[in-house]
Amino acid sequence: MFTPHTPKDVEVMLNTIGIGKVEDLFAEIPEKYRFPELKLPPSLTEMEAAGELESIANANGSTKSLLSFLGAGAYDHYVPAAVDMLLQRGEFYTAYTPYQPEISQGTLQAIFEYQSLVCELTGMDVANASHYDGATAAAEAVILAYHHLKGKRTKFLISRAVNPQYREVVRTYTQGSHDIFIQGDDPETGLDASMEKLIAQIDSNTALVMVQYPDFFGRVIDYKPLIAAAHSAGALVAVAVNPTVLGVLTPPGEIGADIVFGEGQPLGIPLSFGGPYLGIFAVTNDLLRKISGRLVGETVDNAGRLAYVLTLTAREQHIRREKASSNICTNQGLMALASTIYLSLLGKQGFEAVSNLCYQKAHYAASQISSIQGYSQVFSDQPFFHEFVIRSPQPVDHLLDDLRAYDILGGYNLGQDYPELEGCLLIAVTEKISKEDIDLFHDALVEVTHD
Amino acid sequence: MTEPTIFELSSTGRQGVRFPASDVPEVALPSAFSRKELPLPELAENETVRHFTRLSQKNYAIDLGFYPLGSCTMKYNPKINEAVSRLPGFALTHPLQPEDTVQGNLYLMYTLQEWLKEIGGFAGVSLQPAAGAHGELTGVLIIQKYHAHRGDTQRTRILIPDSAHGTNPATSAMSGFEVVPLPSDARGNVDLEALKGLCDERLAGLMLTNPNTLGLFDENVSEVIEIVHAAGGLVYGDGANLNALLGVLRPGDLGFDIMHLNLHKTFSTPHGGGGPGSGPVGVCQRLVDYLPDPVVAIIEPGTDEMPPLYGYAHPARSIGRVKSYNGHFGILVRAYTYIAMHGKNGLANIAEKAVLNANYLLAKLKDSYHLPYDRRCMHEFVVEGQWADAPGIRAIDIAKRLIDYNFHPPTNYFPLIVHEALMIEPTETESLETLDAFVDAMLKIAAEARENPQLLHEAPHNSPVGRCDEVRAAKQLILRAPKA
Repeated sequence: MFTPHTPKDVEVMLNTIGIGKVEDLFAEIPEKYRFPELKLPPSLTEMEAAGELESIANANGSTKSLLSFLGAGAYDHYVPAAVDMLLQRGEFYTAYTPYQPEISQGTLQAIFEYQSLVCELTGMDVANASHYDGATAAAEAVILAYHHLKGKRTKFLISRAVNPQYREVVRTYTQGSHDIFIQGDDPETGLDASMEKLIAQIDSNTALVMVQYPDFFGRVIDYKPLIAAAHSAGALVAVAVNPTVLGVLTPPGEIGADIVFGEGQPLGIPLSFGGPYLGIFAVTNDLLRKISGRLVGETVDNAGRLAYVLTLTAREQHIRREKASSNICTNQGLMALASTIYLSLLGKQGFEAVSNLCYQKAHYAASQISSIQGYSQVFSDQPFFHEFVIRSPQPVDHLLDDLRAYDILGGYNLGQDYPELEGCLLIAVTEKISKEDIDLFHDALVEVTHD
Repeated sequence: MTEPTIFELSSTGRQGVRFPASDVPEVALPSAFSRKELPLPELAENETVRHFTRLSQKNYAIDLGFYPLGSCTMKYNPKINEAVSRLPGFALTHPLQPEDTVQGNLYLMYTLQEWLKEIGGFAGVSLQPAAGAHGELTGVLIIQKYHAHRGDTQRTRILIPDSAHGTNPATSAMSGFEVVPLPSDARGNVDLEALKGLCDERLAGLMLTNPNTLGLFDENVSEVIEIVHAAGGLVYGDGANLNALLGVLRPGDLGFDIMHLNLHKTFSTPHGGGGPGSGPVGVCQRLVDYLPDPVVAIIEPGTDEMPPLYGYAHPARSIGRVKSYNGHFGILVRAYTYIAMHGKNGLANIAEKAVLNANYLLAKLKDSYHLPYDRRCMHEFVVEGQWADAPGIRAIDIAKRLIDYNFHPPTNYFPLIVHEALMIEPTETESLETLDAFVDAMLKIAAEARENPQLLHEAPHNSPVGRCDEVRAAKQLILRAPKA
């Protein structure tokens, strides 16, 4: 199958090594544990495995068979065919981390272009070669701020409107620290778009303020007052961003964010049940040397030709070991490549079109759904992008169940994370959703509510 | 040939992929937030495809040739894995779908958890960690929470052998532990006397890679684990080198309490030019309750007519979530396929052929390259890339000269305890002919080092670029392309 050894090859090799049988190679392994009987199924041929995996995949409902309005951090966008065709080139996906630049210029230049595109999109100065996903990028933002302020400030404020999974991962990462305290996302501070209660908590002990753009509820909030307050207190500001919004709306870099990070999945990466995705991470020049993860820089080779290499590697774990601020090694190289190809293929006009389509369709959906008797849009006084909150007249889990009879995934039940939003549904709309789909959703809601 | 950047290839007004016009009534964008300029490149589709195809041709890859990169397990990545991971039933499922609509995904994850438990000898497995280092973080946080739960808060130290990967100390420090280096003995094993001296009430755990980064199976591993356990510590296994033991030894049987597995090394999922990986973590019975939240479980047992209902379960003392959603699901599909194709009797063949290949190379090279620890190796070995009679030649010269012979260089300058280290891991998927060709190249290089050292210093000669000026890169710090 994947081992090419013939019996004769094995014999030649054993003779060269000077042993009688392959098992002799494992003599140092405690005998009582050697070659255990494994309770696994018998092996499958490729044809059988393909059939088995096909039938497992068929046991799922997917966005191919279901009309989906689920978002909440992962979005069903159209991925042009060329993205995956190029990703499947063995030269890209069967290569290792580009530690040997002479024979890795393809990967290195692609990462360099990725860094450049992220900077252009976010309005920031420097981007790294990726983190695992949006949630772990959030944790890296906290760690960066901690180190930047030399551990002297212990308060890390995170808006309650930041994706709940991001907040959970930040808490997991920092649970061992005695001087990182995560706060600001309590029900008391609340969800008010003015951010006043969060701003009021910023003080001289605050290292970082983290907000999301658009926030978890799709709201587009003006963070300028918050950024001004944070900066005047000497704190950094990290903005979690959905990159799709950046096709039409102001990038956080233009309003003074110090760190912009986010989930890059919307940029040409399939939903794939949650991963692999892409952690985008960009900073201002001031924070350049504090950024963790890999960076690709331009240089020349020994003949003076333009070349790319991994640079500032002395920050990283394989050099600094316990003094490194992050342990990240393997990142999301191929996913970063996917987003680079996606943005290049769509280009300025295509990406702006996708961004605008999401906005237009979401607004149509919001107006249609909130026109149904008993349904209302929550936070309706605030601009939103492609996701919005609807209060339902009946329990959300029942509603979602009822919609399933119409092959509709109606959205995300917000009550599971926000007690104050019990009875509320988070609905996402992308360019893949047509007017007809929205009308179908509307009609289905009318019917299930009528019952 | 220098390839222009995507920005240099841009021409105003071009567009690769178009989208339909809006079919809903137009509403205005919020003017206070409207973006002034969007400086993305503009290219036709074919120009974009050619650009990235040309870039791909500047890479070396497993699909092009032998990649004996020590500690990275660059084995062949089966094509069927790529095909099945892209099935719409997997690729088009949203992570927050109701559980009853993703029973296929949950079945696959549950089964993979069970298989990895069986292969590793563990009582519980989390598939959430995104990579090896992320698995380490998960494991070290479990160590921390376990001791904290028992009120053992004075346990603040993690022991790490001097041969360990850099991620081990970085992870421990990041989690708030004090890192204490542990020396190796003359045979490359953990120094038992040093270990005993460091095992006190401050000991939280030991992070051990076995086989270690010298490619050596620690001859005293059972004793090492006993000593740590007797002192109240936990033993973390870095599974980076599990390929040597697949189907041959279950680390859990030896007494390892926690271990991460690198699906992108041992279980053939591609490295992707730096990721994505996947780093599931296995734990022993007493640590099952600390696994990341959630794990996949059977919620309702099946009957003769009905399959079980799979869903999410929440470990009682979980360290919490380490990543969004369900881990790198697309990678899990690939690893599942790989294990299914090997089955209960096929996994040991992987380790056997990996160790056979490594020992064959070792036997062929050890007269020409100095072997600092002269023992039989496991799946990899480390030689020195220097000779007294070839002054000025360093490991990097040998590594770069190998590129001229169409091989990817071995890992160099790691582990840190060997001078001018060249760490060679052939993996099981390479043929005798390939190994012999590599040996020929290595022997020719050893001769060239004496006869024509300049040839090595100037290597590589035929790659897209020659040796790169890394100092200049770090000084000038050009980290993005100029705008189009």
